[in-house]
Amino acid sequence: MSGALTAAEIDALRLSLEVAARSVAFSLPLAVLAAWLLTRVRFPGRMLFDAFVHLPLVLPPVAIGYLLLLLFGVRGPVGGWLRAHFGIAVPFTTAGAALATAVMTFPLMVRAIRLSLDGVDRGLEEAARTLGAAGPDRFISITLPLMLPGVLAGAVTAFAAGLGEFGAVITFAGNVPGVTRTLPLALYTAMQLPGGERMALRLAILSFALGILGLLASELLVRRVRRYLGN
Amino acid sequence: MLEVSVRKQRAGFSLSASFAAPTPGVVALFGRSGSGKTTLVELISGLLSPDSGHILLDEAVLTDIRAGVAVPVEQRRIGYVFQEPRLFPHMTVAGNLRYGERRAAPSARVICFEEVTTLLALDSLLERRPRQLSGGERQRVALARALLSQPRLLLLDEPLASLDVARREEVLPYLEALRERLSIPIVYVSHQFEEVLRLATHLVLLEAGQVVAHGAVDEMCLQPQLHAMVGPELVGAVLEGVVARLDPAQGSAEVTVGRGTLVVSLSDVEPGANVRLQLLARDVILAIQPVQGLSVRNALAGTVSTIRDDGYGAILVSVDIGGAIVLARITQNAVHALAPKPGNALWALVKAVSTRGHAFRLTGADR
Repeated sequence: MSGALTAAEIDALRLSLEVAARSVAFSLPLAVLAAWLLTRVRFPGRMLFDAFVHLPLVLPPVAIGYLLLLLFGVRGPVGGWLRAHFGIAVPFTTAGAALATAVMTFPLMVRAIRLSLDGVDRGLEEAARTLGAAGPDRFISITLPLMLPGVLAGAVTAFAAGLGEFGAVITFAGNVPGVTRTLPLALYTAMQLPGGERMALRLAILSFALGILGLLASELLVRRVRRYLGN
Repeated sequence: MLEVSVRKQRAGFSLSASFAAPTPGVVALFGRSGSGKTTLVELISGLLSPDSGHILLDEAVLTDIRAGVAVPVEQRRIGYVFQEPRLFPHMTVAGNLRYGERRAAPSARVICFEEVTTLLALDSLLERRPRQLSGGERQRVALARALLSQPRLLLLDEPLASLDVARREEVLPYLEALRERLSIPIVYVSHQFEEVLRLATHLVLLEAGQVVAHGAVDEMCLQPQLHAMVGPELVGAVLEGVVARLDPAQGSAEVTVGRGTLVVSLSDVEPGANVRLQLLARDVILAIQPVQGLSVRNALAGTVSTIRDDGYGAILVSVDIGGAIVLARITQNAVHALAPKPGNALWALVKAVSTRGHAFRLTGADR
């Protein structure tokens, strides 16, 4: 096995990282908002919303990809509107791969953030209130820093999981080399090719190494933030 | 003037409280746990909203349900020190202190950072994190943080409750200093009568969500409602006096109270200082004529004011010593022997060593 990565492998690696990063950047603020709504706000239909957020965990990824196609396809309600007003088409693009990944990893992120939001001492927020901090100010100066471990853990877990998202991506964004062919898609493609076993093995090892690195980084990061928060 | 008249219904508990207290001053909310002290403080802070009623502070309306006024907590400018310190763990001590200060209007800044850190001895702790502090230090930081938010009123909800006795003694002098140095009205919640006596000027007695009595501390100490709460051993008159002469060799001081003078064990005060003395009723002896040949140094001449059963099998006699009242707890037999009647002349005898006193100064109040 030669050490250096081939151009196709580098492409797949770069795409995986890009898709995962864009999906996290897109879904993180929404995940914080969803976690906030689910933890702090009593509203009718809260249980339904909760179930909806967790749907990607229980639905087949291919089904999610298909649903996204229906919504964002050129004739879909959202896709048609985007095309008419902005001339944007999402399916079969890198952005589409990132969107599919974001939907799939959303519940993971919300769960981690919710857990940490639940752990935030409401007494500290009350104290901040008596010291003159109104809602948004209080959230940024007290609540967000205190839930940071959960937010970071959620982001890193979602990023690591996003590197390997397969079903929803291939259904919604296709398997276009250099555009949506991420590591798992490249691995799948290599397995389909006669004589592609060697490449498949190399890609599998690459995915494995990336996953381990992600988990270690997440652990280190969370530890460091906890120390900063004084726990 | 702090004027409170509120009703609040909560699951299994209802609070109905009305009182008014002069400002500046220290109002103690005194009662057993579960009597509604914390609920009342939360209502004043705005963290809780009453079902009906109003809360006024020096003519400013904080809450008035009928008029639809409810100033948001963050705009009330009421400092709140909770039972636990509630320091922000992700900030240093200095960061905690600056948090409220930074959010106060520049025009409202009268208490400066250095003044507070000096008053509460925090200068050496500023770079520390809350977890590196002792319990007493944490509570001092919480106190300083509340003060620096430039409050119009300070709420202290049993700030010493989470501390052991030694730590309490460490923090109490700072609270006394606060009362003397800053003219911020304080509402002090406690179920420790000792603390109330050291700090309060006004007393509100709470029982099962109701205000059973309220008034100035010296008047309240004569009230049966307070006696029922503290028990017969702690019943006693509280007298405000002025130090007339010091005897450093004896560690004692002559204090003018009413028309008379008491010699009490008291050090670290200056002549002319205001002091508050507590004369426990069980330590006061009554005589119907001047006595001689006793070791008792203090004999206060007065007249019998009231005589009543104390509810614990003894008789409580109040003696007017000229502008002040002394309580004496005596047996039924003693009553038969002395046969005191209201208006009779009497001498109240007090041992110097059994008189508890401490300096009591209050800024801005003319007592």
